Amino acid sequence: MAKILMKGNEAIAEAAIHAGGTNYFCYPITPQTEVAEYLARRMPEVGGVFLQGESELAVSNMLFGAASTGKRVFTTSSSPGISLMQEAISYMAGAQLPCVIVNIMRGGPGLGGILPAQSDYYQSTKGGGHGDYRLLVLAPSTIQEAVDLMMLAFHLADKYRNPVMMIGDGMIGQMMEPVEFPDHYEEPELPPNDWAADGAKGREARIIKSLFLDPIALEKNSHILHDKYDQMKKDEIRYELYKVSPEVNVLLIAYGTMARICQTAIDELEDEGIKVGLLRPITLFPFPEKQIYEEATKKNIKSVLTIEMSMAQMLDDVEKAIMGRKPVHFFGRTGGVVPSPEEIKEQVKKLTAPKRKKSTSKPKKKKA
Amino acid sequence: MAIETNAIFERPEALRDVVTHYCPGCTHGVAHRLVAEAIDELGVRERALGVAPVGCSVFVYNYINTDFLEAPHGRAPALATGFKRLRPDMIVFTYQGDGDLASIGMAEIVHAANRGEKITVVFINNGIYGMTGGQMAPTTLQGQVTTTCPMGRDISLTGQPIRMSEMLATFRTPAYIERVAVHTPMHIIRAKKAIKKAFNYQVQGTCFSLVEILSTCPTNWGLTPAESTKWIEEKTIPYYPLRCFKDPERPEDAL
Repeated sequence: MAKILMKGNEAIAEAAIHAGGTNYFCYPITPQTEVAEYLARRMPEVGGVFLQGESELAVSNMLFGAASTGKRVFTTSSSPGISLMQEAISYMAGAQLPCVIVNIMRGGPGLGGILPAQSDYYQSTKGGGHGDYRLLVLAPSTIQEAVDLMMLAFHLADKYRNPVMMIGDGMIGQMMEPVEFPDHYEEPELPPNDWAADGAKGREARIIKSLFLDPIALEKNSHILHDKYDQMKKDEIRYELYKVSPEVNVLLIAYGTMARICQTAIDELEDEGIKVGLLRPITLFPFPEKQIYEEATKKNIKSVLTIEMSMAQMLDDVEKAIMGRKPVHFFGRTGGVVPSPEEIKEQVKKLTAPKRKKSTSKPKKKKA
Repeated sequence: MAIETNAIFERPEALRDVVTHYCPGCTHGVAHRLVAEAIDELGVRERALGVAPVGCSVFVYNYINTDFLEAPHGRAPALATGFKRLRPDMIVFTYQGDGDLASIGMAEIVHAANRGEKITVVFINNGIYGMTGGQMAPTTLQGQVTTTCPMGRDISLTGQPIRMSEMLATFRTPAYIERVAVHTPMHIIRAKKAIKKAFNYQVQGTCFSLVEILSTCPTNWGLTPAESTKWIEEKTIPYYPLRCFKDPERPEDAL
């Protein structure tokens, strides 16, 4: 299929349809409402289900009911709406139901603003609702990648019977870029569906639930969930390196569109003779911990700089990955303010500038 | 000499052969049985999906032998909506108490009814939160004592008990809405008729249907089972009149 120019929100909507995600529930909220507007026309064309619910709370619970059919279902929202959806997301994780949730993030907390932000990192990657669970979290940096990951999201949701969340800052939803959809979407085979509630005909009745009053049974369910998360850590980590080489002294870590702005800064710094590399996590859970450790602890890396459109959230995971082996710095803007390449360059230069020796400083010990 | 026996009374196929966890005198058991009988008589057990609430009847799936989802508190109509939209061929019903449906789940039931979702709602109104130990519900009667209104419900502070059936019947969307009771054999027979009718409207694809069942909660009312049935007759029914509020067959009944 030829490339077409599309707005991020509409491209995400179309990608879902290409992956067989033809059942959609929504509630309007800026900056993702175009997904709903697009699908209100498109779903009837493909024989899908489109329903605008009375609240995000209801929408996420409609998703819960719809996911129980075993068909591909999804919703999209933005930060405050995603907070309201946490109830059903927790229940779906507990009941092992697949679904896809897209969060086109805006600034918070509270009503916050409507401009791009990455301040829902904790909420997305650490569970979000109550209980001991995780979502598989994908973070695209281009509209094309949003299309590709949206299609992958449905597969991963079915593969693990777990909610998958794709998070993009407001720019992913609002930007227009050329995108390409596959003519024929193919995906690896999935295990047969033996869990959906499709009527107790010729079998025992199925009960889809997250209630286990017996503590041993509840603990067992938690182990089942965590075995899946461990499997995701083994098989699903995705990340990208940009201009990482033995000459690089500073390693940037950024995700989503923030990573693209870092790439611009890296290119411009290169022209000035300063070599910087970037590691961009694509999966935020599972997080590329080992890969970050390996890259950051290479001899040539003097320091690591995490850059986010938030007040430092992914930083926790980066520090955890590096385990104090290299200095980790942070730079971020938030509230809808997006760090510029100039600001990033300035931060990098602070790290690469030769430091003046203080007279009181102790002589450095050298390892034998 | 061989004795010939004929079964004249059986457990419905849609009702599991298990020991009840409900308190003595509680009418959940009767309501469960009526739902199971209606499902059997309409021959829809193998394509039925129940949605369980939070409350005493969270375990309704241990009794009614169909596929089941267990919803968050109050959200059963939203789950039922999502499911039914994808599987219009299945028979989807919720079973909800008054705390679940009239308090925390008010928005979900109102919008499901107004959208005219082709689902059946079995609404158990006993005027109290049972599972958590007898707190005030939106349906608790004026002056009625509960653990969170120990001096009796004061309507100047908490408003009047909500009449759900009357409220839902005001919507212009077609629906079948009837209030019944199950405290005497006569009322049980009428309740059965209403429940079967509600399910049948769904089988026909006609409309949203809801049957409100006035129920007892002897344990949390602090009454004996016999006193509880008397309470239904003397206190509950005068405030919550038994009638059909809306029926597509009789549009003239609409409020």
